[in-house]
Amino acid sequence: MSKPIVATTSLAGCFGCHMSFLDIDERIIDLFDLVDFNKSPIDDIKTFTKKCDIGIIEGGVANSENYHILKEFRKNCKILISLGECAIMGGLPAMRNNKDSIESCLKEAYIDSPATVNEDKIIPNDEELPMLLDKVYPCHEIVKIDYFLPGCAPRADLIWDALVALLNGKEIDPKYKTYKFD
Amino acid sequence: MGKKITIEPVTRVEGHGKVTIHLDNDNNFERSRLHIVEFRGFEKFIQGRPYWEAPVTVQRLCGICPVSHHLAAAKAMDVIVGAGTGDGLTPTGEKMRRLMHYGQVFQSHVLHFFHLASPDLLFGIDGDPAIRNVIGIAKMHKDLAVQAVMMRKYGQEIIKVTAGKKIHGTGAIPGGINKHLSLKEKMSLLDGKDPMNADKMIEWSLGGLEFFKNFHKANKDLIDNFAAFPSKHLSLVRKDGALDLYHGVIRAIDADGKKILNDVDSQDYLEHIAEEVKSWSYMKFPYLRKYGPKDGWYRVGPLSRMNTAEFIPSPLAQKEFEIFKAYTNGKPNHSSMHYHWARLIEILHCAEMMKDLLNDPDLMEGELVTKGTKSYEGVGLLEAPRGTLFHHYRINKDDQITMANLIVSTTNNNMPMNLAVESATKQFISGQDKITEGMLNAVEVSIRAYDPCLSCATHAIGKLPLQVKLYDSKNNLIDKRTKD
Ligand code: SF4
Repeated sequence: MSKPIVATTSLAGCFGCHMSFLDIDERIIDLFDLVDFNKSPIDDIKTFTKKCDIGIIEGGVANSENYHILKEFRKNCKILISLGECAIMGGLPAMRNNKDSIESCLKEAYIDSPATVNEDKIIPNDEELPMLLDKVYPCHEIVKIDYFLPGCAPRADLIWDALVALLNGKEIDPKYKTYKFD
Repeated sequence: MGKKITIEPVTRVEGHGKVTIHLDNDNNFERSRLHIVEFRGFEKFIQGRPYWEAPVTVQRLCGICPVSHHLAAAKAMDVIVGAGTGDGLTPTGEKMRRLMHYGQVFQSHVLHFFHLASPDLLFGIDGDPAIRNVIGIAKMHKDLAVQAVMMRKYGQEIIKVTAGKKIHGTGAIPGGINKHLSLKEKMSLLDGKDPMNADKMIEWSLGGLEFFKNFHKANKDLIDNFAAFPSKHLSLVRKDGALDLYHGVIRAIDADGKKILNDVDSQDYLEHIAEEVKSWSYMKFPYLRKYGPKDGWYRVGPLSRMNTAEFIPSPLAQKEFEIFKAYTNGKPNHSSMHYHWARLIEILHCAEMMKDLLNDPDLMEGELVTKGTKSYEGVGLLEAPRGTLFHHYRINKDDQITMANLIVSTTNNNMPMNLAVESATKQFISGQDKITEGMLNAVEVSIRAYDPCLSCATHAIGKLPLQVKLYDSKNNLIDKRTKD
């Protein structure tokens, strides 16, 4: 029997959710035996060689690239999970929503910041850089999300229990002590 | 127009970075760039928030070394609440924070060396990519994998008992810390069940160094010469020249080791450091003002710290430091791959410091917070795992933040990483008309030596796929390789 396949990605997140995933510690070595990690969670269809069973998304959607990757994940994963506050509601990056325009954020960072010497008033705009969105969006506003695992970062035990349940074909049944906020 | 190669690590997908390489019509190197494709706007949207929030919010910029941001922001806020510029905390406040920081540097360095970098060494730069990752290590070098996982766990547990939580804790507050260490916490880490104790961590750290030194002996050319180039180096050092990861004065040296900045107070960083903006990357390019943007760039991180410091204030790490210094006859070490060596020496140093601190009675009792006269501006610097981290805030009369300036560690290494990519590209790709997976990995290895945040967590669970496309001068795809 082939192993279940798990894919993960970080959109506009800080990688803290991924780090918390690693905080399952010794259990990670068991996990390597239980599942295959999808090898190419890239925004190129050809590299998503197989359909995945579980896709885990960290971070919200702040630029065009995040958007496309999220779409690809939905297309290729049977179950999609929003992991952590940023994926669920934008998190810290969404502090700019409804308060600061993206122009004012760029101006502050590249023109007004006290250490920056930028006489030509260059704001990064190369074609290699993805387009920034007006707001930071939670993932479920872009695609359907099947499960939400709260926390910033969600506790390692919550992530582990959820994966074990899903891999056994059961529903996630989070315990209070694994998802309470701090 | 010649050819363009785009290397898109999964980290690009993760919203971080990618490499583009332009070759001329004869496939010779024209230029290469490491683009950072992520922008958050933190400096702006933090404005208006109360200053005391900064240590808990700002760390959410980076979940890989959140403690560094947590502490740098707290240090800046110490200045604002009048608790001094680094030496004004109570012994409990300072030592709890130090323990937190050593736990953080320890776990971050371990993650980087064992989970991310060692597969290149164990399986070879051009080894089979299917196994050249931490999963391959778990399958084929299980002891090493278990050791890596347990060392990282130990560091995370240290963070938990000092910061309250493994990721995005709340321990450091303006002027000090919000908890003591309990006897139970102390004993569980000082003397915990094998392997979760301080002595085991020291033993394993020494083992990591042995592993590297043996590899070095057998692979001198790779370790010494790959992506090596002379540069300036910058870090904090303790006033007496000792390596100090938590606090110190700013010191920079030139490529020959001459001090070009010395004993600069962190509050004065702006007089010496500036940043340039380039249109093709969201990451700015810091430099020393007196040398200008072209010549003023410098390197930071473990290698730089070995170059700027005069000694290490813990005995076992000091011995290793002497061996490290002797290798270049006391001259600055410029080899990118020696970052790994330096990182392992710091792992050992952190293990020794954690043991000392766990034994220190000040952690279990004493005043937690220092109070003083408020001011409206504060700068907090520290040596994060990846190098010097700068936080600078101004507040108004209503305690709201009005300005935040952050120069994060990886940003300081922007120019050096670009040069490392250039050097690896010239060595492995320039002049070739077929791209092999090994060539691509060589470019990655050069970036990976700097442990930038952009090669982090996803790779940590075993993936760093690349996609490279080679276009001809008419932009037709003529070769494509996917490494997965
Ligand atoms: S939810 Fe928290 S830990 Fe996760 S990416 Fe967002 S800020 Fe980081």
